[in-house]
Amino acid sequence: MGVEGRQLDAVALPEQRKPDQPSRWRKVGSPRSKFGRQQERLGWMLVAPSVLVVVLVAIYPLIMSFYYSTTNYRLTRPDRIRNVGLENYRELFADTVFLNALQNTFIFTIVAVLLETILGMIIALTIHSNFKGRGLVRTSMLVPWAIPTVVSSLLWGWMLHDTYGVVNELFRFLRIDVLLENLGVVEEYGNFDWAGNTSTALGSVIAVDVWKTTPFMALLILAGLQVIPEDVYEAARVDGASKWQQFWQITLPLLRPALLVALIFRTMATFRVFDMIYVLKGYATETMSVAVYTHREVIASQKVGYGSASAVVIFLIIGLMVLGYTRLIRVEEG
Amino acid sequence: MATTTTKNGAGSASRTPLIKTSQDELDRIRSSYQQKSNFNLGRAVGRVGFWLLIVMILLYTLFPFYWAIVSSLKTTQEVVRTPPTFWPENLTWENYRTVFENDMFLKSLRNSTIVSGSVVILSLLFGTVAAYAMGRLKFRGRSPVLYLILSMTMFPGVAILGSLFQLMRDFNAFNTLWGLVIVYLTFSLPFTIWVLTNFFRAMPGDLEEAALVDGATPLQALRQILIPMAVPGMVTTGLLAFIEAWSEFLYARSFTLTDRAKTVQVAISEFTGNTQFEQPFAVRMAAAVVVTIPLLIGVLLVQRRIISGLTAGAVKG
Repeated sequence: MGVEGRQLDAVALPEQRKPDQPSRWRKVGSPRSKFGRQQERLGWMLVAPSVLVVVLVAIYPLIMSFYYSTTNYRLTRPDRIRNVGLENYRELFADTVFLNALQNTFIFTIVAVLLETILGMIIALTIHSNFKGRGLVRTSMLVPWAIPTVVSSLLWGWMLHDTYGVVNELFRFLRIDVLLENLGVVEEYGNFDWAGNTSTALGSVIAVDVWKTTPFMALLILAGLQVIPEDVYEAARVDGASKWQQFWQITLPLLRPALLVALIFRTMATFRVFDMIYVLKGYATETMSVAVYTHREVIASQKVGYGSASAVVIFLIIGLMVLGYTRLIRVEEG
Repeated sequence: MATTTTKNGAGSASRTPLIKTSQDELDRIRSSYQQKSNFNLGRAVGRVGFWLLIVMILLYTLFPFYWAIVSSLKTTQEVVRTPPTFWPENLTWENYRTVFENDMFLKSLRNSTIVSGSVVILSLLFGTVAAYAMGRLKFRGRSPVLYLILSMTMFPGVAILGSLFQLMRDFNAFNTLWGLVIVYLTFSLPFTIWVLTNFFRAMPGDLEEAALVDGATPLQALRQILIPMAVPGMVTTGLLAFIEAWSEFLYARSFTLTDRAKTVQVAISEFTGNTQFEQPFAVRMAAAVVVTIPLLIGVLLVQRRIISGLTAGAVKG
């Protein structure tokens, strides 16, 4: 039980071991001894291959991305590469399709992460007790997570199919179709095409993403719940706190660090959403994310220069999130 | 009153017993409420509500994949029947036969196996030694490297799409399996290093220290003591890396063109039926099930470790 919590801490606070705090390898050799120098050399020898790989396959391409973003480079005319300064960015922010993709991505990220956190919290709080079949429920939550994103898109595309989809069948069974007609959300329900209709497409894609990631969120929150010491609740009960008071005043504050980490990781992962949207909707503008836009420009249109500018924008936004994240952790630590 | 409780950390320090009770009595009182002292949503909404929630959670998580399996076992006529049947009336394996007779799909299965397998082997090979160094050795520059690796685990792959595309063309790696393997290392290697570093750090050091004191070199200690201890962690990490590589779509879609290098994810996203005019719902679901089952089996086998490994890695979108 404790293991999961510790692991979670390891994510949040990678460098929390204070430099002058004794640790195991310190005892073995100080940096000045012969042994320490040996460790120094060995450490670099062992790390070097991995660092080299990372630099070659990620850092160098990243630098090149920045470079290409200032050129007019197209794969179809490699000989005419020319520096255009910030022209690509100017063009990018004048393109309504890109701006729309940016907006979609922000809506997608905020709504999806919010919903999966709330749902994940409800699920985690429900299964955080001893009951028969707890193991089964926990296992079942790994299923949506383990299913590849492409598969879940296809699967939900089939379930959301207007004529034969099981979702419409369920809605008809629950009389949701009548409800939506009466509320004026849809004029005539018939066989409503949730993923195809421009007004509901983004919502549908979000729902699929929430389905896929909520269980994972629930497991992260569950890990955080399990490290809250029992006696805190015990004391609260003795003092007569109700269940809801316990939740708002003990569970939520003590869960904060774990929740924060989960939230930020999910936000960064969701912002680059591609597979889900591309498989379900292709390049359709009403659901297009920045990553889908980038893919369209770079791969389909082969405009490496222009597309790289859009890629750099994604990188910078996620980079800002990472910075905010590390600052937040420092503040949390005091 | 509850506010004061939380403010001064459980309030146990400030409580002074007014009435003296025996230890026995205390234990009895404690055990009377201890079992349900934790906050639990189910208990708050009552017994029936609790089981209702459980059923809803199970339906929510399991029904979609159940529906894929059921659809894949239906005949072409039954799969488009309304209202749908919740279990096939005429159970058929025909759709699976179609899938396994599809040459493109079979080749993509082979491609995905080769790519994912190679990625796992390379990541574990490079990753284990690097993780050992970062989790167990002290050397200058360790922190910057660790930060580099950590930030790489959050790196958006799409940010380097254009330059990788160009590099793939420059090195004739476009539409090749080895090209994909190398590209996949961008996410697989940092993930492996990060999870394994945490793993090595959490290991008790006594055995290793004893070996070092007895004159073993750090490398000997790694090979003879730490690696055997790390095998469970390596298996889990390897499996997670496999799942990531197997499920990857953006690079596979962008850097492959033909059967020679297409992975399963690309193949199923383009899957069509026997004829152009047939609606291939059932066949597509069969292909989706085939692609997912290996992952599910792997996950179920090591689920306990996966949950802790996941919370350590906290990645995978």
